[in-house]
Parts: sequence; structure tokens; C-alpha cells
Amino acid sequence: MKPEYKHLQAAHCENGVTTSLLQHYGVHQITEPLAFGIGSGLFFIYIPFMKVNDGPAISFRTMPGMIFKRTCKSLAIPILRKKFSSKENAKQALDNRLAEGHPAACQVGVFYLPYFPKEYRFHFNAHNLIVVGKEGDNYLISDPIMETITTMNSYELERVRFARGPLAPRGQLYFPQKTGAVTQEQMKHAIITGIKRNVRHMLYAPGNIAGISGIRYTAKKIKKWRDTLGLERSRSYLAQLVRMQEEIGTGGGGFRFIYAAFLQQAHAYFPVDELMDISKQFTKAGDLWRDAAIQASGIYKGRLTEQHDYNIMGDHLLEIAALEKEAFNDLAATLKKLR
Amino acid sequence: MQNNCSMKKEDIPQDPSALQNVTKEVSYAVDENGKYVTELSAGWDVKIKALDVAWSDIEKKVAGARQKVLNKEASPLLYFMELKLMDIEILSAYTGFWKWQVKRHLKPSVFEKLSAKKLQRYATAFDVTVEALKNVNWNETGV
Repeated sequence: MKPEYKHLQAAHCENGVTTSLLQHYGVHQITEPLAFGIGSGLFFIYIPFMKVNDGPAISFRTMPGMIFKRTCKSLAIPILRKKFSSKENAKQALDNRLAEGHPAACQVGVFYLPYFPKEYRFHFNAHNLIVVGKEGDNYLISDPIMETITTMNSYELERVRFARGPLAPRGQLYFPQKTGAVTQEQMKHAIITGIKRNVRHMLYAPGNIAGISGIRYTAKKIKKWRDTLGLERSRSYLAQLVRMQEEIGTGGGGFRFIYAAFLQQAHAYFPVDELMDISKQFTKAGDLWRDAAIQASGIYKGRLTEQHDYNIMGDHLLEIAALEKEAFNDLAATLKKLR
Repeated sequence: MQNNCSMKKEDIPQDPSALQNVTKEVSYAVDENGKYVTELSAGWDVKIKALDVAWSDIEKKVAGARQKVLNKEASPLLYFMELKLMDIEILSAYTGFWKWQVKRHLKPSVFEKLSAKKLQRYATAFDVTVEALKNVNWNETGV
């Protein structure tokens, strides 16, 4: 069974899967930045009572699964998402889908993902890929992180589909159910919905750990890390922050550059000058995040050790918070002009 | 420092990372007309070092676990748990044992009495043989 499937490499796995599947089913307008923006992917959260790999739980994007769900919903495309308790049923459901000539996306864990380099294999269970076909015992995998289609045998695929621990995928399979083109009107409507929701999440998220206030909260925390955690642990904490911000999948600058690209592409649907200006503000935000990462790296490389250096790091985040607040306020004001 | 200069296509870092020979990353940057384009990046020194920090922390934990096992303060399960980047919660999820059971099995005295069947559950979770669990090869290098 050698399927016709156009592999798409993307910055982020869920954006990539969403874009790739929707394109496959005839939504030719969709791009990675549009999927990210329509899915309101930009976010910030620091969950103080949770630990990831012994470090802080920080995310620069929305919850796993939401980008696909929101983007399809905004475009009125029904989706099917299924979890399995039995490995046999999970395999059968996938095989049936492939036998019908259709691809299906899987949520998987990366710890046992055979084609990933060892250095990247943590117990992270919210990776996404598309299974596009099967040859003998080998599944053809379109993983948006990779440059080309790869393969996994049935045992390898089963092991990553049934990875255990936090966010365990439990064999999860998902795909758009109805297929076909969408109109420009639908795209416009989806872009507005996506921007509105993202403004709400960044400016008005409840509590002080999410959105703009989450960035400020993290700034305050960082200034205290040297005292409360000691030099060694605060180095590890800052390294983790930078990994969440810059690692493979983010497109750089904690997803801020992808969001800036989204606003440029939205401009093609709504020729309103403000969108281009606000896009520049997000580019600036991405640049500032990268400057902050350079400062953090001075600390975790052991070159910077003083409290003053942590204060500078915290101040970088405060500056970013102010800039992003302004950008989202401008975006909220511009929404009225989008029609 | 890249102050006052926005992310340009030609500024995308190309520092060889662990992804070398596996893939390059899609990065977003602006071209000479200010339009967003994608460009492949080999890696960035700043985040390569961040990943190094994470791995050096893991190596320290593995070394600590190794010493505890050698001192008979912990069963070999602790060593494998750290080697495979797991914690009690993840190990419990992979083996189907309760967390309190895993904690007990981390004691050398309890571990020694584990049945072959139970040992097999741990061996499968760690992707090693039961033999390797009982007679740890300290030269094992990781995942």
C-alpha cells in the first residue's frame, strides 16, 4: 500500500499535523502559521506546583491537542479522536483506516521514538505524527519534525502509542472526518475567532500564572531563584526555561515568530495596516525572548553568577510582558476593523 | 547580543546540535522585504548548552543512584529508573505497580525477594533483560 501523501515539515508537530492533514483533505489555504493562529496557539504559563524533569513547568503554547481541535472546529470540519484501552484494537483501528486509503494522526511519546536522537528522548508524551501507509510490518510515518517520511515497525509504533506517564496517549488516533475545500469567508471567520480567543487567553486568563501576568510572575520568581534554589538548581531551572522557549518545535522565540508570521498571513485576508504593525511587535517580542535566552545562557554556562545577573534576566521578562500586553491590546482594538 | 535587530533569515543560527544527521529545524524569520519565511536551522548554541545542562543533571542523578545501589541503600531499580529518566510515577505507570509498591521494591531487601514475573515487568519497562536487572552492568550508557 504505497499512498500518495505529501510530507510537510513544520516547526511544531501539532501545527504540522493539523496543516498537513487539512491540506491533504483539500483545505489548500491552510499554512502552519494560520493553523497556529486560528488555533490560538500562543500562550504562556508557569505552573508553580508542578515539576517537569525536576524543573519548572513552563509552556509558551496552548495545551496539547487544542490547536488541531480549535482549527478544525473554526473551519466547521468535524473530527474524530479516539483513545484505546487495548493495544490490539488500537492497531486494528489504524490498519482499517489505512486500508481505506486514509492517513491518521497519532499522539505518541518520544522516549522510545526510534528515529529521534537520544538527546531529545525524554518522557514527553504529547508528540504528534501522521501514519500515512503500511508496507508489510512497517508503517510509513510523516513526522512534521523530520525532513522526509520515516518508518516504524508495528512493535515500535505500538510502544510509542502506548507510552505511559503524564499525558499518556493511550493509543490516541485522530483525523478530520469530513473532507473538502473551505471558502475564503470561512477562513476569515476562523482567523477572527482565533485572534479573539488568543487576546482573551493572554490578557484575561484568570489567576496570575498564565498569559501576560504569568510572564510577570515568572520574572519575579527568577529574581528569587538564586536565593531560594541555590546556584546549581537555578542554572538548571533557567536551562529548562530556555529549552521550552527555543527547542525544536517552537520556530524560535517561544512561538512569537510563528505568531508574527500568522498576522502577516492574516493581512492577506484583511488588508488592514495595523496587522502588519502588530506583526512587527511580535517579531520584537520574539527577539526579546531570544535576548533573554542569551542572558540565561550566560548564567547556566556559569559565566554569570551574581544576583544582579538574575535581576537583569527578570527585567527582560518584565519588558517582554509590557510589550506583549501592548501588542495584544492593539490586536483587540484592531479586531473591530476585521470584516 | 542581538539587541535592536529583528530576527532575519541570515541570522538564523547554524550551530551543529544533537539533531545533526537526523533533521534540521524549521525556524521562522523575515527576509529582506520584511516578509516571514521559513528557514532550516542546524541548531543554536544557547539551546544546545541548555540541553547539555539537562543531561549533566541526569548524569549526576544516575551516578548518585549507582552509588546508592553499590552501598546497598537502594535496589538496582533505582539505577535503572534514573538511567531511563523515569520517576516513581512513570515507572508505576509502565509496570502497573502502585507507587507505594515501587517504593518498596526500591529497597534491596524487598527487591531480592521479587518473583521472576514481577522482575519481568520492570525489565520490560526498562527495555533490558531480567538478568541485567539482577546483575547490573555499570558500563551501560543510557537509553
